[in-house]
Amino acid sequence: MSRVTRFAARDPGPASRLAGFMDHLRSHGFRLGVGETETALRALDAVGAVQPDAVRRALKAVCSGCAEDAARFDDLFDSFWRNGGRVRQKVMPERAAVPRHSRPSQAAEGQDSGSAGSPHAPEGGAGEAEAGGKGRLVASRVRNLMKTDLREVVSAQDIHQAEAVARRLGAAIRDRRSRRRRAARKGAMTDLRRTLRASLATGGEPLRLARRTRPDRPVRIVALCDVSGSMAVYARPFLAFLAGLMRADDAADAYLFHTRLVRITGALREDDPLRALHRITLLADGFGGGSRIGGALDDFARGQARRFVNGRTVVMILSDGYDSTTPEVIGGALARLKKRGCRVIWLNPLKGWTGYAPVAQAMAAALPHLDLFAAAATLADLAALDRELARI
Amino acid sequence: MISGMDGAPPRTGMSDWETLRGDLARQGYVATADLAMALHIAVVLGRPILLEGAAGVGKTEVARALAQARDTQLIRLQCYEGLDAAQAIYEWNYQRQLLAIRAAAEDGQTGRSVEQRIFSEEFLLERPLLRAIRQPVAPVLLIDEIDRADEEFEAYLLEVLSDFQITVPELGTIRAVTRPIVVLTANGTRDLSDALRRRCIYAHVDYPDRETELAILHARLPQIEDAFARQIVGFVQALRKEELEKTPGVAEMLDFAAALAGLGVNDLTGDPMRLQATLATLLKTQADRGQVPTEVAQRLAGKAA
Repeated sequence: MSRVTRFAARDPGPASRLAGFMDHLRSHGFRLGVGETETALRALDAVGAVQPDAVRRALKAVCSGCAEDAARFDDLFDSFWRNGGRVRQKVMPERAAVPRHSRPSQAAEGQDSGSAGSPHAPEGGAGEAEAGGKGRLVASRVRNLMKTDLREVVSAQDIHQAEAVARRLGAAIRDRRSRRRRAARKGAMTDLRRTLRASLATGGEPLRLARRTRPDRPVRIVALCDVSGSMAVYARPFLAFLAGLMRADDAADAYLFHTRLVRITGALREDDPLRALHRITLLADGFGGGSRIGGALDDFARGQARRFVNGRTVVMILSDGYDSTTPEVIGGALARLKKRGCRVIWLNPLKGWTGYAPVAQAMAAALPHLDLFAAAATLADLAALDRELARI
Repeated sequence: MISGMDGAPPRTGMSDWETLRGDLARQGYVATADLAMALHIAVVLGRPILLEGAAGVGKTEVARALAQARDTQLIRLQCYEGLDAAQAIYEWNYQRQLLAIRAAAEDGQTGRSVEQRIFSEEFLLERPLLRAIRQPVAPVLLIDEIDRADEEFEAYLLEVLSDFQITVPELGTIRAVTRPIVVLTANGTRDLSDALRRRCIYAHVDYPDRETELAILHARLPQIEDAFARQIVGFVQALRKEELEKTPGVAEMLDFAAALAGLGVNDLTGDPMRLQATLATLLKTQADRGQVPTEVAQRLAGKAA
């Protein structure tokens, strides 16, 4: 009994306490709307909740949405409802989005919720780099803010060439046959439904056969380009390629990462290629700095990928695989990404070297999740990839 | 007691969800408390339930047991990539339509009346979703392996699950007579959309613990004596901790027990040859067979005893 959280006398009642609990879950990354609060109240009503365990199970069934949520739920439940007899002053956050009531248990896992929520979390990122350190040199908290003007790196001619390459690659992996069938003028199958309908006009004689076919569904390319220090030499062809890709393909998506992940799709769609590069320069502060591939990929898999990546997406990672985070992070991030049903291609400029083996731990951890691991250091290399891309 | 939850008067005896758990147990399905509660809420609130977990933990079996416990029909829709309306909802019976048009033409009937006839209920083939909403007694609708279907189908399913009505252009809108109890299963082939997850009550089904698995074994194969059943369950539980490509599920454990019983084995350590032969029911890949040679199997069996 003593474990149960007590509530201040002025708080308005059970419903608002439950709303406070939902907010508590939300702040820990549960995806819950107003509708769930209502469902939760109805569920508690339905099970006649008088037993703490019954309440916990009922709320767990309503509030969790995936295996991870379900696994974390019990602890979160205890930290809210059975907070060692402490008095909870404010059940409802006042108006601010950030709840202000004290949560001693959260301090320990603050990192977790921070990195899950926002893909651009430089503070969380720097902390992670330190926390993961095992006797290696720890990078400074100060990001490399020295600006590299990309217009000096990439020229307009480069972009022009790259556009042709990107078009070619795009054509190679563009379409994937759908398993569904759709009415069409020509096709392998007869569309019985339409044929019958048309035959009514000719007294039941199916004179004109309607057809069905399997349509081609466009494949979207999402490119993630590493622009950390070790990749600076290859920035020229890769950035040109990204710019070309954006201009050649309306559906494609592009990101840069060094210590953070930045979406540059909008900037690259600029009509004037040089202006586009200028905008990216502004976005990509930290260009040529340290690399945090695992973290960036993890941010991507948890954040943007949920909206932009599905079964008809090819994720193209352009990186050398020299990472400062632990290899488990990269493996986990790629596994998460693969679960969205996409195909993952890793283009590594180093692979072209004779005698190269993917011994960098990050690369080794990534390999099992890749559909294609290929070499690409120049635009010509990229252009030569079209055959391999057509195969996956 | 949790403060703030004291609105309802305390009820005596077993609560509803425990009754459901008992009903499932009578059908030979041993449900965890979490799962029974989730099922109960789904039934009471009329929401679909999403069961997630590894293959072979008994997700599909939940639906079967639930249907039997409520003494109602089980309607099953197996999902696969490219599943479309013609297989999931309805289809016209074209062959019969063609014949009917022919017959009508010989009788001298004309366009409109023929059209009305061939696009009537008589020529409609029900597929699982349509059948499920037209039952006089609410059935259990099992949508199996929803993650194998593609995103388009998932989106359509959302619409059906929220309105429980289906529109056939030629007939108009068909509303649900009764609301089916919808059970969706998924084992993580791909991520499901947040919209679908939000609509569902969720339960994660895991490999059972030792006591639960023992109860399952007793419920399904009562002829196996207690000591041997403990040994079998201990062996399988130990095997799950090994690094295997395909971890054996509950169904495999039951096959294993049945195979041992069929061969007349009543002690795992007694006959290494037969144990090795019956491992075929548990280990389903070449690599996994290689992982568990006779010595390893005997070591696990020895510990389980």
